[in-house]
Amino acid sequence: MIRIVDLYKSFKSQKVLDGVNLEIEDGKTTVIIGRSGGGKSVLLKHIIGLMKPDSGQILVDDVDIAKLDDRSLNEVRKKFGMLFQEGALFDSMNVAENVGFSLREHTKMKEEEIRVAVAEKLKAVGLTGIEEKMPSELSGGMRKRVALARAIAINPQIVLFDEPTTGLDPIMLEAINQLIIHTQKNFNLTCIVISHDVESIFKVGHKIAMLYDGKIIEYGTPEEIKKSPNPVLQQFLTGSIEGPIHIM
Amino acid sequence: MKRVSETLDNLGRSVLSGVEQMGGILILLISTLGWMFRPPLKLRAIIKQMEFVGVKSTFVVVLTGTFTGMVLALQSYHGFRLFSAEGLVGSTVALSMTRELGPVLTGLMVTARAGSAMAAELGTMRVTEQIDALYVMAANPIKYLVVPRIVASVFVVPLLTAISDFLGILGGYFVGVVLLDINKGIFVDNIYKYVELEDIYNGLIKAAFFGLLLSLIGCYKGFNTRGGAEGVGMATTEAVVIASVSILVADYFLTAIMF
Repeated sequence: MIRIVDLYKSFKSQKVLDGVNLEIEDGKTTVIIGRSGGGKSVLLKHIIGLMKPDSGQILVDDVDIAKLDDRSLNEVRKKFGMLFQEGALFDSMNVAENVGFSLREHTKMKEEEIRVAVAEKLKAVGLTGIEEKMPSELSGGMRKRVALARAIAINPQIVLFDEPTTGLDPIMLEAINQLIIHTQKNFNLTCIVISHDVESIFKVGHKIAMLYDGKIIEYGTPEEIKKSPNPVLQQFLTGSIEGPIHIM
Repeated sequence: MKRVSETLDNLGRSVLSGVEQMGGILILLISTLGWMFRPPLKLRAIIKQMEFVGVKSTFVVVLTGTFTGMVLALQSYHGFRLFSAEGLVGSTVALSMTRELGPVLTGLMVTARAGSAMAAELGTMRVTEQIDALYVMAANPIKYLVVPRIVASVFVVPLLTAISDFLGILGGYFVGVVLLDINKGIFVDNIYKYVELEDIYNGLIKAAFFGLLLSLIGCYKGFNTRGGAEGVGMATTEAVVIASVSILVADYFLTAIMF
């Protein structure tokens, strides 16, 4: 279980997170929505310990990761996998080396076992026979799928998705949505997805949280979110330029 | 009055930024030393970097060293001829190469070729979130990316310098003895007479220090890149400028201490 309690973060004078409180349920997909530049990625980076909060707690299985030293934080990070917006595959490594990276670093598996595990994870994301390809030879959709295979390679309990469908064509977008749904189900993962693609959030999310003005202003199931009277949320969902959200 | 205040403000900012960068570089050095001896040693990565920094810089170092020795012989010949001391050309070339020009020019050449590449590569990894990906996978980027580059540079720059020294002296020999007809025996004998082993060792120690400087600054700049492609370009330029100036400044102090 991940619990975020009174999380504050500012960059110079700009408040980005202004008292975020959120509980992420185990074995479910929680989608965090909000405007571009609204602090969603900053929140995600706090959850994985890439950023330290000004104040507040990020509790992963009741351990406050904001207070951990590097070594203890690395132990907690082994519970996580993360799919970055552009994949963040290592340019200097081929697909097999990318997917097998965590297995080589954190397990005592033999090369043959790693090879089998890599092929299995690639198959789970719908890719076969591309182990020797370099990231530069892959299309945008393939890079994201390889990155997902890498994220789940070490069998994490929690997977974070940072805008997984940004920049994809409608068909690939749907393919990635289905992949998130199936991966979550098959591996019984706790998933946190950052997105502002309205169609996708209702497809993949069991719970949806809206981040606005540095706070979670609404949280609930997709049905509850759809029915919410909150004008900020409704403006965001309908994509209207009229409403309480000011366009700069 | 306003202009004075603005000038002071800008000056203060520049000083603060310089101090901040020096602090950052020092912290990176301490972290690197901390991670360097923690197993497992990334031998494969170190060898890969040795190939990149060393083998791939050899050609440019060969050219630089040879022609520097040649031009040094040519210039000093014309000077020494005024005093009929042409026989000192060999020792002048050898001392200049081993003490100064070998290490400094090799340091500058490797900065231009490999230091810039380190900043660009790590900078690209930073802006494409590959460094964050390493953190997320519980792998420390300093151990994976910085330690191999610094270890490789500290070992390889002295080797390149030795090549540069040797070829510089050889180039000087070619110009002095073959082209300008200086007596072969006197040319070589004066090298043995005036160049001591300590000159060569100290030059190589300097080179190791330059290797540390150029890789540390290249990695620091790359590691702290912000702002996409423009940021990568800026980091690369700054890495080359700061490392080159640092090498020249450090050279003075090292020379003052060593010789």
